[in-house]
Amino acid sequence: MIEIKEIRKSFGRLEVLKGFDFSLSEGKITAVLGPNGSGKTTLIKSILGLVIPSGGEIFFDGKPIYKDWEYRRRIGYLPQIAKFPENLKVKELFKLIEDIRGEKGNSEPLIERFSLDSFLNKKLRQLSGGTRQKVNIVLTFMFECPVYILDEPTTGLDPIALIRFKDLILERKEQGITFLVTTHIMNLVEELADELMFLLEGQVYFRGTHSEMKEAQQEENLERAIAKILEKEYAENS
Amino acid sequence: MLKILKYSFFDLIRSRWSIIYFLFYFITGMVLLYLSHDVSKAIVSLMNITFILTPLIGTIFGVMNFYNSREFIELLLAQPVPRKRIFLGMFLGISISLSLSLLLGMSLPFIIYGLFLSGQVMSLLILITSGVFLTFIFTALAFYIALVNENRLKGFGMAILVWLFMAFIYDGIFLLSLFLLQEYPIEKFAIAMSLFNPIDLSRILIMLKLDISALMGYTGAVFSKFFGNNSGMLISFLALTIWTVVPVLLILKKSFKKDF
Ligand SMILES: Nc1ncnc2c1ncn2[C@@H]1O[C@H](COP(=O)(O)OP(=O)(O)OP(=O)(O)O)[C@@H](O)[C@H]1O
Ligand SMILES: [Mg+2]
Repeated sequence: MIEIKEIRKSFGRLEVLKGFDFSLSEGKITAVLGPNGSGKTTLIKSILGLVIPSGGEIFFDGKPIYKDWEYRRRIGYLPQIAKFPENLKVKELFKLIEDIRGEKGNSEPLIERFSLDSFLNKKLRQLSGGTRQKVNIVLTFMFECPVYILDEPTTGLDPIALIRFKDLILERKEQGITFLVTTHIMNLVEELADELMFLLEGQVYFRGTHSEMKEAQQEENLERAIAKILEKEYAENS
Repeated sequence: MLKILKYSFFDLIRSRWSIIYFLFYFITGMVLLYLSHDVSKAIVSLMNITFILTPLIGTIFGVMNFYNSREFIELLLAQPVPRKRIFLGMFLGISISLSLSLLLGMSLPFIIYGLFLSGQVMSLLILITSGVFLTFIFTALAFYIALVNENRLKGFGMAILVWLFMAFIYDGIFLLSLFLLQEYPIEKFAIAMSLFNPIDLSRILIMLKLDISALMGYTGAVFSKFFGNNSGMLISFLALTIWTVVPVLLILKKSFKKDF
């Protein structure tokens, strides 16, 4: 599915990704973890071709993505910071993306699921942060893709929306869909993720399941296991 | 690309700026025609306004539109659309809608006045063509500058500087160097200098068409003498085409490398 070889990315002098391999397990939910600024978003944006890597290669279904664009039809991407043309109404935004993709999306069940009906005629600039995130989610999931890449999908969601979001993910997972998710919310990781990938200092510091992670850090609880890695890190850097 | 072009185009065409721009040319054209009652004179006066204003408007809209469309661009980039189509579509959308205001605003007054009786149809066509060239060229330059500069203020400043340089400063330097070098045979130098400024090229194009030696200026006269009027026009035309294509290629090249 998604294969990454020796990926490198620098912004000026800052080396964010320092050359590692990674391959996404099909039909599973993989959580990408790591402290702020560790390069999670950069990795995701490289997969989508939004950020151009300084080195290495990325393959989608065995084909290099460089200068390709068709493969993006098969990736549903939820950006960490949703950028919308602010003057559009919510329903115009959905139409716009359908028109650009030349593909009818299935938005109604999602609009209902997240109770967005009353917002369809509002302009995006008028929406609250959480409502924006719901729009972001509908926009991502209204097209059926074999892979979804979600960058901090739960930011701003209220508890009900959060539950509905988790259900949505699990339903799609049942259908054999693959997920790559970043989040700082460990509950979510424990509930949803099959595999973890921990990014630190531009490298994959850890790859495996929850229990392997807890074992490696000799902690009972995932949050503590991760905190332990970070504390070591902070201590070394100070 | 057509879809993106369509969005950019209608976005601008629906805004009041397109109407204001259209009305400006329309009213100016009417006033010039009905004051002078002379189509050639009106064309020359309109030309002097056009060659300052069209590049300025192209510059401003090119920069503003790019920065204001950042969200739209980022949204599109994650979709199955090649980068080339996004940037080309947006650029064409702006340039075509500005050109449309220009085309209508310039031609309507002349048509109302009775252009077709005046025998000056070609001259007006050439003026409009140069205006369209300048719109495309300066929009492309501005778009490129905005693409390179993340900082809006810097991008805007640089684009305006390019306009100032081409519209005013270049001519000053040009005249000064002609004056300083007057003992030498500098005709080839003069031709080369004009090729590097699209505004000068447009002026030459029209002067050669109107064939008014009093207004032709030094470079126009040199072009006329060196190439004859027709080849001179052809050469200016080709040079303007190159001026349009190169910034567009630069936009494409930069767009492939940029991180979003
Ligand atoms: N376009 C850019 N230009 C310069 N530096 C950038 C750019 N994008 C990201 N960076 C830098 O790269 C580093 C990694 O950023 P990234 O957004 O990938 O982190 P992250 O792991 O997603 O963090 P967070 O948990 O806060 O979302 C940061 O130091 C950031 O400042
Ligand atoms: Mg991030």
